[in-house]
Amino acid sequence: MDWIMEPWPWYISGPMIAFVMFLLLMMGRKLGMSSNLRTLCAICGAGKRATFFDYDWRAQKWNLIVVAGVVLGGFLAANFLMNEKKVDIHDDVVKDLNAYGFASADNAYLPKELYAAENLSNPKVLALLIIGGLFIGFGTRYAGGCTSGHAISGLSSLQLSSLIAVIGFFAGGLFMVHIIFPLIF
Amino acid sequence: MIVRGIGFLLIGVLFGIVLIKSEAASWFRIIEMFEFKSFHMYGIIGSAVILGIIIIKGIQKFKIKSFYGAPITIEPKENGTVRYLMGGAFFGLGWALTGACPGPMFALAGAGFYAILIVIASATFGTFLYGLLKDKLPH
Repeated sequence: MDWIMEPWPWYISGPMIAFVMFLLLMMGRKLGMSSNLRTLCAICGAGKRATFFDYDWRAQKWNLIVVAGVVLGGFLAANFLMNEKKVDIHDDVVKDLNAYGFASADNAYLPKELYAAENLSNPKVLALLIIGGLFIGFGTRYAGGCTSGHAISGLSSLQLSSLIAVIGFFAGGLFMVHIIFPLIF
Repeated sequence: MIVRGIGFLLIGVLFGIVLIKSEAASWFRIIEMFEFKSFHMYGIIGSAVILGIIIIKGIQKFKIKSFYGAPITIEPKENGTVRYLMGGAFFGLGWALTGACPGPMFALAGAGFYAILIVIASATFGTFLYGLLKDKLPH
């Protein structure tokens, strides 16, 4: 059973994500995480400001329950299914990241330089997290889905729209890592 | 209703565990993916999609019904190019910067990385901004 405590290889993880998608289809629903952000807006009363949020969010309650499960799953994985909380990435990436000032590369799960609580008082770190979040929330709704809705669900049902969206994801991601990172780190 | 709710919760638990254990929720893996230095993330997404295609083809071919006896239908997404390319690019910028997409960010919150709550809050606000600007944007 030791393998459970180790990082899971792609050929276990990918099929398990497909299995999650299958279970949701069998429940009469479909995999898509970013629509929960819209539901959160609707719950907070955003329907008064924009018709986009003026709908019966209660019909989306099932997806909020899935999200609650994801939070719980994250808790269980981090506390009971892991020995070491570090990610073993390619040496070239470690070198690049060290040069950008990410000393935690290769010995943490998330970069301490961005996600350690004590670094949140650094205005630059706080600004990067806020800007990143804005891009995610704005972009996923503009594109009508995120990695789960387009890359997994959408591509699995061979939708051209989802392929275009995934090309967009990569265009944005590559631009950030190869053009913006050298400017900001 | 309660059984169904527990079902959704357990599916979410499984998804959250996989996201953390596969390291798809790690910023480092996302950067490595965008630097094309490892097959790991491509293997996860690729094998999920290939198996997903087989699952959906199978459901359609054998007319498999849901647990509740209803036919499983997959509505096509709206046609369009600009919204998918533009929206996708915005999302990609945020994905690479924070290393989190909407599934993993919730898994990370559960895993105890509380700074991710800032990303969740601003992503929710970003969605609100899209709702405000929707009619002015090209789709």
